[in-house]
Amino acid sequence: MYAQLVSTEGLKKPEDMTPAERAFQERIDRNEKIEPKEWMPEGYRKTLIRQIGQHAHSEIVGQLPEGNWISRAPTLERKAILLAKVQDEAGHGLYLYCAAETLGVSRDELMELLHKGKMKYSSIFNYPTLTWADMGAVGWLVDGAAIMNQVPLQRTSFGPYSRAMIRICKEESFHQRQGYAIMMKMAAGTPEQKRMAQDALNRLWYPSLMMFGPSDKDSVHSAQSMAWKIKMNTNDELRQKFVDQTVPQAKYLGLTVPDPELKWNEEKGGHDFSEPDWSEFFDVIAGNGPCNKDRLGARVKAWDDGAWFRDGLVAHAEKAAARRAPVAAE
Amino acid sequence: MSKEWPLWEVFIRGQHGLNHRHVGSLHAPDAEMAINNARDVYTRRNEGVSIWVVPSAAITASSPSDKGPLFEPANSKVYRHPTFYDIPDEVGHM
Amino acid sequence: MPSLPDMNTPDVAELAREAAAHSHATEIPTPDAGQDAFFEVLLRLGDATLILGHRVSEWCGHSPALEEDIALANVALDLIGQTQMWLGLAGEVEGKGRSADDLAYLRDAWDFRNLLLVERPNGDFGHTLMRQFLFDAWHFELLKALQGSSDPRVAEIAAKAAKEVAYHLERSSDLVIRLGDGTGESRRRMQDALDALWAYTGEMFLADEKDVAVAAAGIAPNPRDLEAAWDATVRDVLTEATLAIPESGFAHKGGKRGVHTEHLGYILAEMQFLQRAYPGASW
Repeated sequence: MYAQLVSTEGLKKPEDMTPAERAFQERIDRNEKIEPKEWMPEGYRKTLIRQIGQHAHSEIVGQLPEGNWISRAPTLERKAILLAKVQDEAGHGLYLYCAAETLGVSRDELMELLHKGKMKYSSIFNYPTLTWADMGAVGWLVDGAAIMNQVPLQRTSFGPYSRAMIRICKEESFHQRQGYAIMMKMAAGTPEQKRMAQDALNRLWYPSLMMFGPSDKDSVHSAQSMAWKIKMNTNDELRQKFVDQTVPQAKYLGLTVPDPELKWNEEKGGHDFSEPDWSEFFDVIAGNGPCNKDRLGARVKAWDDGAWFRDGLVAHAEKAAARRAPVAAE
Repeated sequence: MSKEWPLWEVFIRGQHGLNHRHVGSLHAPDAEMAINNARDVYTRRNEGVSIWVVPSAAITASSPSDKGPLFEPANSKVYRHPTFYDIPDEVGHM
Repeated sequence: MPSLPDMNTPDVAELAREAAAHSHATEIPTPDAGQDAFFEVLLRLGDATLILGHRVSEWCGHSPALEEDIALANVALDLIGQTQMWLGLAGEVEGKGRSADDLAYLRDAWDFRNLLLVERPNGDFGHTLMRQFLFDAWHFELLKALQGSSDPRVAEIAAKAAKEVAYHLERSSDLVIRLGDGTGESRRRMQDALDALWAYTGEMFLADEKDVAVAAAGIAPNPRDLEAAWDATVRDVLTEATLAIPESGFAHKGGKRGVHTEHLGYILAEMQFLQRAYPGASW
């Protein structure tokens, strides 16, 4: 997902817990929200910083592939919609950084970790957006996959993260729809537009499945995160749900999901489908995706080029505060 | 690393005259810019008519261990909650 | 290499003065010759917001801080919305069945009527903010006057846009002041931006026969009448920003008549790509 491969400590058994840890786990089991200044195990805090940080980084790096088409949007209305959507992603990054900050790390520190390659963002944003149909497919598939994960995260145990997710889900309700609306136009359009739509689905299908991360049903790390309710479902559950939701939508568009093995399995009440190429996934995570260098480079450039601006405003605020301050008595 | 813009808590009073409500936080070099940023960040969908900003560092929060004594007394005042009262169905919606 | 006449004769300044004194430049027909004045003036409004909205949207995802990224996108969204209204009305006034999208996506550079200022490249963030401020101060006065237009459609659009632009101006002037009176570097960058853009402001207040005709009909103000208020705003803000106002009164011009800088062609090549590559497709 937007926070793939978040490493955690292994799952602790109740008998290995300290009394404080046990009381903490009981609060979570009672669906109580954990708030920033309350006691929490160090592992919980660290895992959350990594997860929320990755999620925030994914939002702002995720601005880039769609931002790539703002200047080429084909109508004034499409341009406004796309710009509003990419702007929302900046907002979502902002909310998430603020949530992470309640855990004792600053936004600038998180940015620095991103820029130095010490924190990751979702693998999906290292793929290029090559045609206008990709604006449809990203909204439909990528936002669709993200929503699968974000809706349950509204119930996550950490209060600020949960509240950020609630706001994000509310604002994102139009994102997937606008993507699907573009796909409908394209799929019902000229032969070239339809070809573009099919091509976008072909290229983005497996990278979208990768967004959920490799199978983690046997992972102790995931088990701990699930016990803490900072991960609500296994990767496979969400992937299955995504496939089952998306296949009929593709059919409605008259597009073909690029998986010859895809078929309905009556017994399990879901589709059978091919796994993505996980070696490609690990290549992308390792920095070898088609756009890793460009994406990170763009973020670093924005940050470095903007340093004088941020510093200038701080300097002015300090000057203005000094002017307002009463003159000290002789 | 340069000096970071401080963090602000943002409170917005919506269209319907309710109290200011905490909506989130943001960074800004000072209070005036925090107000402008809050308008751009938190009222993109016409959510608000009045904005307050407070430096996050200036917030004093109840300590978690007080949670029992501070809030439990209110729990016993069940008569403050509408579901405390049985209203006959015939009366209709109330 | 062919030999060129020496331009740098010691007398060049004197010669220029003499030439100016006896100047009677020949009138060269411009691309807008013969177009309806009301249509033309609407294009000047809609093209300015279209091209500036396009430029500002180029920052999305690349701004120096998340809060600024979001704020600038709001400005761009307002400008795109205003474009839809102005070009929509232009198409209606023209009466040939062209929509706002037709006008935005299917005209070539020489048919655009925006000020040269708005097609200037973004430069650094200070450049973008200074361009925005100089434009907003003019846009604000223009919309204030347009709200009293004899054409109710114009007055209605202006009333809606004026609210948005009042905030644009508040924000851009605030940032210009803060950055002018910030660090040594921020001040230098803002001064450089001002020096580079100043010569593109004079065009705002040039009035040609079309402006005069539309002003006479009470549809829009005479651009000359906006200058005093613009000048007062700009001088106040730049003074507070501790920036030096350039002394040169030289003004680049041509945008309003369809004679642009080289930049506009590239903006349009990008903006119009899909409509041009797939004619007649619906998006």
